[in-house]
Amino acid sequence: MEYENAIELRHVTKRFGSVVANSDISLTVRKGEILSILGENGSGKTTLMNMLSGIYSPDEGSILIRGKEAVIRSPKDSFALGIGMIHQHFKLIPVLSAAENIILGLPGAQRLNMALLTQEIGALAETYGFELNPAQKIYNMSVSQKQTVEIVKVLYRGAEVLILDEPTAVLTPQETQKLFDVLRNMKRAGKSIIIITHKLREVLELSDRVAVLRKGAYIGTVETAEASASSLTEMMVGERISLDICRDEPQTPEKRIEMRGVTCRDKEGVAVLKDVSFTAYGGEILGIAGIAGSGQKELLESIAGLQETENGEILYFSPEGTVEKLSGMKSSEISNLHISLAFVPEDRLGMGLVGSMDLTDNMMLRSYQESRGFFADRKKPRKLAMDIVEQLAVATPGVDTPVRRLSGGNVQKVLLGREIASNPTVLLVAYPVRGLDINSSYTIYHLLNEQKKKGVAVICVGEDLDVLLELCDRIMVLAGGKVTGTADARTITKEEVGLMMSDSGRRALGHG
Amino acid sequence: MAEETTQTAGGPFFRVVKRSGISTPRAWLIRLAAVCCGLIVCALIIVAITKQNPLSVYAGIIDGAVGTNRRLWVTIRESLVLLIIAVGLTPAFKMRFWNIGAEGQVLMGGMAAAALMIYLGNTMPNWLLLMLILLASMAAGMIWGLMPAVFKACYGTNETLFTLMLNYVAIQIVNFCIVFWENPSGSNTVGIINSSTSKGWLPELFGLTYGWNVVIVMAVTLLMYIYMKHSKQGYEISVVGESQNTAKYVGINIKKVIIRTMMISGAICGLAGAIIVSGGSHTISTSTGGGRGFTAIIVAWMSKFNPLVMLLVSAFLVFMQKGAIQIASQYGLNENASDIITGILLFFLIGSEFFINYKLELRGTKRGTK
Repeated sequence: MEYENAIELRHVTKRFGSVVANSDISLTVRKGEILSILGENGSGKTTLMNMLSGIYSPDEGSILIRGKEAVIRSPKDSFALGIGMIHQHFKLIPVLSAAENIILGLPGAQRLNMALLTQEIGALAETYGFELNPAQKIYNMSVSQKQTVEIVKVLYRGAEVLILDEPTAVLTPQETQKLFDVLRNMKRAGKSIIIITHKLREVLELSDRVAVLRKGAYIGTVETAEASASSLTEMMVGERISLDICRDEPQTPEKRIEMRGVTCRDKEGVAVLKDVSFTAYGGEILGIAGIAGSGQKELLESIAGLQETENGEILYFSPEGTVEKLSGMKSSEISNLHISLAFVPEDRLGMGLVGSMDLTDNMMLRSYQESRGFFADRKKPRKLAMDIVEQLAVATPGVDTPVRRLSGGNVQKVLLGREIASNPTVLLVAYPVRGLDINSSYTIYHLLNEQKKKGVAVICVGEDLDVLLELCDRIMVLAGGKVTGTADARTITKEEVGLMMSDSGRRALGHG
Repeated sequence: MAEETTQTAGGPFFRVVKRSGISTPRAWLIRLAAVCCGLIVCALIIVAITKQNPLSVYAGIIDGAVGTNRRLWVTIRESLVLLIIAVGLTPAFKMRFWNIGAEGQVLMGGMAAAALMIYLGNTMPNWLLLMLILLASMAAGMIWGLMPAVFKACYGTNETLFTLMLNYVAIQIVNFCIVFWENPSGSNTVGIINSSTSKGWLPELFGLTYGWNVVIVMAVTLLMYIYMKHSKQGYEISVVGESQNTAKYVGINIKKVIIRTMMISGAICGLAGAIIVSGGSHTISTSTGGGRGFTAIIVAWMSKFNPLVMLLVSAFLVFMQKGAIQIASQYGLNENASDIITGILLFFLIGSEFFINYKLELRGTKRGTK
């Protein structure tokens, strides 16, 4: 039977309680094309794809696979229909080899002929140009190799349609290129590929068509050849916005934080920071780049007094000219010295804020110890909460709403707002725009730039290299807990940074 | 062939949907409905077992709980005991410290009260003795709460097992003391302490036998409410309970908070022991706690730590218990019948919380929102 559309969705709606995650969505995926599903966080991309992979079932509407109406009740049904999804978080068993993971759960003979299977899998990988050693154990693999295993697993099961959820989030620029090459090979072999993403550049580079979602609604599908970054942004956000980040030259940089040969170990005794040295200056933004888990978290936490350091020292140079040794101090001791150090951690609701508490009580976290006496002062924090809501345009029913109920962007505004309110001299931020929509992201960049202008030393850990290169003055790259380079963000290229944070660089330094 | 199919394609027959919010009267309506359902199920069981008219059985429950002035006051006294233990547990549970050792803390408090009544009964004026009793029982409960807290804070031991095991230690210590205190000798019970002099007994207040019980318990409840809601320490407890990471991030000394909070929690449970011994039974036995240390956990959680609701819940539970004891004797059922009735009602009440947070939606139900 001839068919043109591998998948057709007709009027699909999915609700969670009163929240409409997908509203009346109709779209098609052609045979042998790469379709990007583009949308901001919370626009319903993943929910839509989860209905194809059988994790959710639609409330209304129908799904047609190869022209025939299908009911997908479970991931098993989805596999049977030739749909395979590669999730953001890999579902692999570390102690097994790649081949063992790939055949896991498939029907087969009583006696496994591993040699034959390995050969089969190797041949399959070669067809599409994957670099894969089927006998390698998962725990010995890098993130991109694990992703390869996930993709081959789906292909081995005979998938005709592959869905990839944010596949490049964990990859270096070089690894991303490699992934794109095999995806193009797969397209040539007649597979349909759906990529969920919010990165515009990748959409433009890779896909044939782009389907855009906004707030659960389907906006439209365009041919990539006819689209541009600004036209896609407009579809995604619903209004025209400027994508430039202003970057002023640092004014009279002054030394604020100096780290000298710091090493940290985690609970298992593995070194997570190895002999790290750097200097951060007031009035500049220092970007920290690296693959997730390269020691960024420990770097910031050791400055904030939340991570014990093994050797080396961290020095703070106050604007008045005194020098304090921060290493070996706890966070409470640092604030007792009136060193104004603000820290916006990666885990906003689990560390920076208390999700179940309202805005006022979250403002109190930093200030309640200042007031004298037995009782807690809620008047000042309440005032501060109201000021932040007004100045940063936080969308909330009121200052008595638990912060957990706010959207990601508003949570970040509340957290950053509180930290900035203490007039810091050093501002540490980790992944400040993760999970935020474009408008909120630009508000945050603007706030960081404002702090820089005020002479604050901003240290910013980020994941999107394009943004780091536009926002920061200098970039330091971490790989496997070591500093692999520091460079001027105005002149270095993305590819150069990618090389510094790459797997080979990391392995050369003796990590995995 | 290409029909426009807009109805649901497959999927389960009904699904559970989280409510985004519910009005207070509606929530109470659901709880009321749950109690009614519970009473109906109880009635069916009563009819099946005893062939009695369930209405007269329910009348028996009311009669048993508040039928006479004396019964009413016993019900009030017991409710107050349950309330103060639940209040004592509140800070620990708010801190996510699973203190299931209230039983032992109450028992140690009661034992300290009994010891002072026996050994110091005739050496000092009653008011001074009573002050000492209250302080000593608080100290005893505090020590019993302090031990698991120190081990949790310093070595990360599991507080659930630790507090549970300390209950049995407390029971054995009381068993040991009864050997010295038994009266009359050979009875293996302590009997009513100071029955002729009433030394160490909480006196009448405003002509009410249990006047002091009311005053002490209400004062402690009010103070705890203020402490949790308006003090800095109460705020620290919430932060530590909600997220230890956040507590560490803002520089709260988590060990100190755990130890301090459990001292308070244990002390109030110990005070409850003094109220049971000095203000009620005037004796001590291994069953002085009477399982109330555990029942109070249900009270605290069902009331979501709201003191006013706690008062209602403990009154309800005691009401059912006392009433059930009455019908057990009246209709020749054994005492476990009361537990069955209370159990069924609790099942429905706790189950109703599910319907307050979630609702069921049938397949194909469409709502007006577009």
